[in-house]
Amino acid sequence: MQRKIFLLAAAAAVAATTLTGCGGSSSPGKAAAQSGQGGGTTGTIKIAYQRFGENRIMDNFLAGVKTEYEAANPGSKVELDPIVASENDYYTKLALMLKSSKTSPDLVYEDTFLINSDIKAGYLKPLDSYLSSWDQWSQFEESAKGAAKGQDGKTYGVPDGTDTRALWYSKDILKKAGIPVPWQPKTWDDVLTAARAVKAKVPGVTPFNIYSSKAAGEASTMQGFEMLLYGTGGTLYDDASKKWVVGSPHFVDSLKFVKTVFDEKLGPDAQDATDAQLSDKIQQQWLPNGKLAIALDGSWITGSWLPTGGKPWPQWSEALGQTPMPTQKGQAPGRISLSGGWTWAISAKSDHADAAWKFIQAAQTEKNAAKYAVAASQIAVRKDVAADASYTAANSKAPVFSEVVAVTKYRPAYPEYPQISNQIQVAMESVMTGQSSPEDAAKAYDESVKGIVGDDGTTTQ
Amino acid sequence: MSVAHPRADASQSRRAVARALPLAPATLLLLVFLAGPIVWSVYGAFTNTALSGAGAANSHFIGLDNFHKAFDSSAFRNSVVLTLVFTFLSAIVGQNLVGLCLALLMRAGSKVVRTLVGAFVVGAWVIPEVVAGYIWYAFLGKDGSLNAFFDSVGLGHQALLFSHPIVAVSIANIWRGTAFSMLVYSAALSEVPRELEEAAEVDGASGARRLWSVTLPLIRRSVTTNLMLITLQTLSVFGLIYTMTKGGPGTKSQTLPLYMYEQAFSFGQLGYGTALALVMLVVGAVFSLVYLRVLKTEI
Repeated sequence: MQRKIFLLAAAAAVAATTLTGCGGSSSPGKAAAQSGQGGGTTGTIKIAYQRFGENRIMDNFLAGVKTEYEAANPGSKVELDPIVASENDYYTKLALMLKSSKTSPDLVYEDTFLINSDIKAGYLKPLDSYLSSWDQWSQFEESAKGAAKGQDGKTYGVPDGTDTRALWYSKDILKKAGIPVPWQPKTWDDVLTAARAVKAKVPGVTPFNIYSSKAAGEASTMQGFEMLLYGTGGTLYDDASKKWVVGSPHFVDSLKFVKTVFDEKLGPDAQDATDAQLSDKIQQQWLPNGKLAIALDGSWITGSWLPTGGKPWPQWSEALGQTPMPTQKGQAPGRISLSGGWTWAISAKSDHADAAWKFIQAAQTEKNAAKYAVAASQIAVRKDVAADASYTAANSKAPVFSEVVAVTKYRPAYPEYPQISNQIQVAMESVMTGQSSPEDAAKAYDESVKGIVGDDGTTTQ
Repeated sequence: MSVAHPRADASQSRRAVARALPLAPATLLLLVFLAGPIVWSVYGAFTNTALSGAGAANSHFIGLDNFHKAFDSSAFRNSVVLTLVFTFLSAIVGQNLVGLCLALLMRAGSKVVRTLVGAFVVGAWVIPEVVAGYIWYAFLGKDGSLNAFFDSVGLGHQALLFSHPIVAVSIANIWRGTAFSMLVYSAALSEVPRELEEAAEVDGASGARRLWSVTLPLIRRSVTTNLMLITLQTLSVFGLIYTMTKGGPGTKSQTLPLYMYEQAFSFGQLGYGTALALVMLVVGAVFSLVYLRVLKTEI
């Protein structure tokens, strides 16, 4: 009998370890360990931001602003608290830190992707009272001001730049395929025609990449699906009724495009397309080695070709051309782009909100904003930065990405968005691998969305 | 029947209290640090606690909603099936049988063979989970060393990680976890008296017959213990699968722990994730009871 009891106890103990492995994370212990030092002395503000890999652009930039700020405000101190984590882990760690006033930083660097979740959680402080008396706010583009607006209409963050998406193409490969360069597709069909020509005439080259797998995560939703959907006149979220759109024919059209690409083998083979390392392969091998003709991708990918990047490739600006992603049938405005980006926000639990605001102002002088935009290959969200000589010089190699700011859209990054984005990836992948037809995948998506936001949360367009 | 002596009773219970007293701090610590989190996470499974969003600002008791949501979800059912397949293939069949075979063979092998095989198998066990996962990703991947080998001998490419990811991760888990079963069985077999097997041999029993009718019944307790421990370990394997496939392609290798991780940390649904952990606890308990029943390990 004793033995039986022992075995059962052992079983329970192993199982309990699993259980607490998940549940225990809701305790603040982990967050406390993350942030290390406790509450600061008066006048010390703590800044949390992401650091990953060898990238020190933000560290260097903030160190410079810190020196300026401490010199201008004697007696006040700034403590930089980089969170070393990949993007997904950063969100988790940041949310844990913000949960408790013991660990909460004063100033946080928030992705527009998740800022609405943190607003709804009550983690952030509305900035309207500060913004109304800030002379620099009028320099920000209207679309960018909306990037950190909550569903309550208040603004919670100051954006420091954005990114856009468009088509990259290899001039060499398109020429070999008989496509005139510079290439200017006007419709989705033009893109497919070019890809077909590459497939027919240039063997050994992947004609076109559009991220379509779950493994690629948000890249599939944003660089892939939304670039299609928002070019059909469709949308994911209806701003007027504040509901998610289901039963949309535009959604099906977008999936049909994905189906065409993979049915005709214009994209990467299924094994590469579902590889989590696909974006690295494209940036570090396929594009530099002339193995990919056309890539629907972000403005930032040149970062890995800098002398300090993962695959230095100084010739990229001669080898690659860029052109905006066209709308489905060329309907106005003829081209489309999606934007993300990051914002500076103040924790609702901060005891030094005024000091934190002063720091934002110091980081967002025209000079500093331009410095950061150049260093981090950002697309400017301020009119004065966009006109800055150093910025225009840095952007002259790929001007298309700044031009599409005029037509760019932001994601409906509400609290449910990460789950809905995941459902989009599921729909895309099932179409890509041929498991579902576009119609069935769209239907499954509609059902999942209703499951996530409830029947009252959806509308038909 | 003893007649109660009030005085003796009182002094006895006083002594019992005095003896228990030194244990009190340890008991208290156990309650706070072991039982506390468990109770807390059981409670969490019935709330809508979230990392961010509305569930973080206002988390409250929602009854069985998390469980309804789970059983209504095809992703959840898919992950339960995959977990069972993974556990059956890699633990019950793979680790268990391979471990037993190795132990039997090693008993017959020379000392040099024993040492070498033991070192290799235990070596695989010592390697950290994530490293083992990466090794197998690098081996089976599209540009991996297995395909490079196939190329060199003129064979076609395999795409196990893409076509049958659950088989790929099962193989990796067998490779990694067999050492444990082997050690358990080696220890058990060394306790089996040789005379019994020799007696059976004299009676004309074949090798298979001796194993089935003599050796196995004698090590039945070790079989139960081993099965139970490797099953529970395998049910909660996370790092290996996450490193190799991240649960993909799609959800083709998304076992319960990976589904739980996605819900709890990618989507911030801590309450729901904790509910899934409770479900895993139940699955583990069912397995344990089945082993105790079927193998009739007696008292």
